[in-house]
Amino acid sequence: MIALARQAVEAATAAGASDAEAYAAEDSGREVRVHGGEVESLSAATQRGIGIRAWIGKRVGYAYGTDLSAAGVAALAARAAEAARIADEDEFAGPPFPAEVPLDLNGDTSGNTSEREVALRDPTLGEWAPDRLAELALAIESAALATDSRIAGVEQAVYADSAESVALVSSLGIEGEYSSSSCYGYVQALAEGEDGRETGLGFDLGRGPAALDPATIGREGAERAVAMIGAGKPKSRTCPVVLDPTVAASFIALIGRGLTASAVQRGRSPFAERLGEEVANPVLALHDDGLDPDGFASAPFDAEGVPRRRTALIEASVLRTYLHDTYTANRGDAASTGNASRSGYRSQPAVSASNLIVAPGELSFAELLGDANDGVLITDVAGLHSGVNPVSGVFSVGASGRVIRDGELAEPLREFTIASDLVSMLRAVRAVGADSRWVPFGGSVRTPSLLVGEMTVAGS
Amino acid sequence: MSELIDAEVAGRVLSAALANGGDFAEVFAERSAGMTMAIDESRVEAVQAGASAGAGVRVISGATTYFSHVDGLDPADIERAAGEAAAALRAERAEPRSLSAIRTTPLPVEVAPAEVAAERKAELLRELDERARAAGPEIAQFTASYAEVRREVSVANSEGLFSGDDRTRVRIGAQAVARRDGTVETGAETLGAHRGFELFDDDPGSIAADASRKALTLLDAGPAPAGSMPVVVGGGFGGVLFHEMTGHGLEADHIQKGASVYVGKLGEQVAQPLLTAYDDGRLPGEWGSDAIDDEGVPTQKTRVIEDGRLIAFLYDGVTARREGAAPTGNGRRESFRHLPVPRMTNTYIAPGDAEPETMIAEVKRGFYAVSFAGGQVDPATGDFVFGVSEGYLIEGGKVTRPCRGATLIGNCLEALAAIDAVGNDFEIKTGVCGKAGQRVPVGTGQGHVRIQAMTVGGTEV
Repeated sequence: MIALARQAVEAATAAGASDAEAYAAEDSGREVRVHGGEVESLSAATQRGIGIRAWIGKRVGYAYGTDLSAAGVAALAARAAEAARIADEDEFAGPPFPAEVPLDLNGDTSGNTSEREVALRDPTLGEWAPDRLAELALAIESAALATDSRIAGVEQAVYADSAESVALVSSLGIEGEYSSSSCYGYVQALAEGEDGRETGLGFDLGRGPAALDPATIGREGAERAVAMIGAGKPKSRTCPVVLDPTVAASFIALIGRGLTASAVQRGRSPFAERLGEEVANPVLALHDDGLDPDGFASAPFDAEGVPRRRTALIEASVLRTYLHDTYTANRGDAASTGNASRSGYRSQPAVSASNLIVAPGELSFAELLGDANDGVLITDVAGLHSGVNPVSGVFSVGASGRVIRDGELAEPLREFTIASDLVSMLRAVRAVGADSRWVPFGGSVRTPSLLVGEMTVAGS
Repeated sequence: MSELIDAEVAGRVLSAALANGGDFAEVFAERSAGMTMAIDESRVEAVQAGASAGAGVRVISGATTYFSHVDGLDPADIERAAGEAAAALRAERAEPRSLSAIRTTPLPVEVAPAEVAAERKAELLRELDERARAAGPEIAQFTASYAEVRREVSVANSEGLFSGDDRTRVRIGAQAVARRDGTVETGAETLGAHRGFELFDDDPGSIAADASRKALTLLDAGPAPAGSMPVVVGGGFGGVLFHEMTGHGLEADHIQKGASVYVGKLGEQVAQPLLTAYDDGRLPGEWGSDAIDDEGVPTQKTRVIEDGRLIAFLYDGVTARREGAAPTGNGRRESFRHLPVPRMTNTYIAPGDAEPETMIAEVKRGFYAVSFAGGQVDPATGDFVFGVSEGYLIEGGKVTRPCRGATLIGNCLEALAAIDAVGNDFEIKTGVCGKAGQRVPVGTGQGHVRIQAMTVGGTEV
């Protein structure tokens, strides 16, 4: 793979690029879907491709493809150079220079730049034959069914994994490669209520299937579905709101998007011009960590070869820094924080959070509810992609959850909205739970439950 | 039309796929090539060319589907993928039927985008940028994107089907950000079609002007109301409401799993008699149209609701076979890397006879949702939510002021039954619909539609 990437960089230079970078990736993935005690589908696939970024002076272009023959790579390199010629000049465009210490080759002893050892690949992944994976998915489904007699079935129970190898080479001398693996299991359980069906999601993730507990996943989906039986609409009002970790994670992912320097520099972030200002209640601390061994986005280096690292974002109420890649760092007179990301060889690098982590607090979930006293617990949100204005941070999203009465969970609620804006919400976070968990929705986030002192709940 | 795999290779692949038994086998080959670029801060950037080719092979045995896909169209690789798909089966070899090629006529494309100079596409973006910024100094930011893709597909199956399609789509999108003092608002508009570059012959810059107008309008917006009230939904992209609250629930996979509120409702009155709706994959030039679906079934016009009565569901091959129904040409997939599932094509509420002005004039206090940023539904419970991108308050039968940050929320069956007027205007807009981790182009359409009562989630309690 690294040889292929080298060849692509040479081809791009030959096609007229003043600088070039190649990102080659190979991915093998499997997926099992089960329903009603039977395997619905069993998929296996390998993908291999390459993406080439070419600079011609201050212009940049990109091309990707799957034809990895010498002629195919040469044609691709020519298209990348051609794309660069179409683009307008941008004074901040340019590839990163190599880090001073050579890149860590996935735990290789030579030149380990990462402060912590990053074990990204579960070596036992390959030992799990498809039959065993199917058993795991079936176990998730039966655990959901066994949880409660009101569970009418599951929409789907799914296991999926992926093992990826990445190689990156640039004409400025960056060379690196690593391998990683990840897997997840989930179930969408259906509960039968008096007036219709309710659904509940249970999930877990890890580096390999051994990390997943099918019983826990199944039970979570079932319990969430059953908890919604008989749900009604809340009265419209402003009150304390507890976000469970899955919901909190969705909001943190949105906040992470607003903290990218690209959004800030282009005037599309509610956090623009707030560096060094108070943006949150002191109980909430947020950092990005591209080296956390359990984080799905962890890697020795980012999507353009800059070492991943830990970056404090919000500490003691204050916004410390934005997330940068090489371009935004050049433009913002800052240093890259190693946050160039891409969703595979088909996409060019762009700034995004790696793993966003909210520091856990000390309150148990029950204590958080007690602190809220009279409010609403939110267990699910819908319509985040349409209900949040990314520029102003103003949001209004669909929600479901439970009434909190006298500090205890009471009747279930559905069909209402919660509305606020992202900065006001961060400032209104009054307490942070101790119940941290990894959530893969819209990014890789680890967060506990959050108690927001005040939010608008709109129902009947 | 060029074939991506010839009949002989397809036959060998299908034989290999059925080597260990199975009721059905299929090979789907695809070659796609596209280009995207954007303009931001008046600078053309993110110019990108992409090409990929590959094939997916599936074998169905009983209720189980075995699937494998491979990058590239080398016959040996595709045969290997067939072997992988068959590897977990343990039955007697089955024989595919001999293939008979079906000639299809792809949707017409006058000007192939790949033949248009890239510089012309960059010019188009610059034109959009100028139009948007001409709307006034309060337009602080403007971005636009251009995307073209040509997708050639070939599909062959063990029942003897051998067909193909050649699909070209182009789309531009515009997003404006308006700023006044501390207030920031955005407006967006798109234009896309299953057509060639000729789509842009007719004033493409108008979408940029529209995006700016929306953002500027919202600068004067007040908070959205909160609570239950009559809602008038605008034509065109307002159809995403029907797409989400009804269309998904009619997809046969949801129905067969009991994960749809429309289970057991076939033949029943689910809406007032003034409502008739279709899914139509044959509409010429529309964004969600194709000649065949991704299983080789010709696309068709399916009436799903007739005078308020639910009369049809949307099927792919697997769900149709399961209940002995006829396929409806709704088996779609994002690419050869995905299994087909029942998906909408262009879904719309047919025009009614109400005047949009009258529909608003009859509302004492309500909400006018002109356009949505998107929406989401849980087909099993029927709960849905929509983000309103352009909305106004209706007071005393008149549209009085714009509102920001509104969300519509409700339940499918209740909201569908509560539609009490359908406008005589009509338009179809482009969308990209996500389901089962796959994104496919869909058209959503309607005229103005009025819902008697719906929850508006704003901040003004």
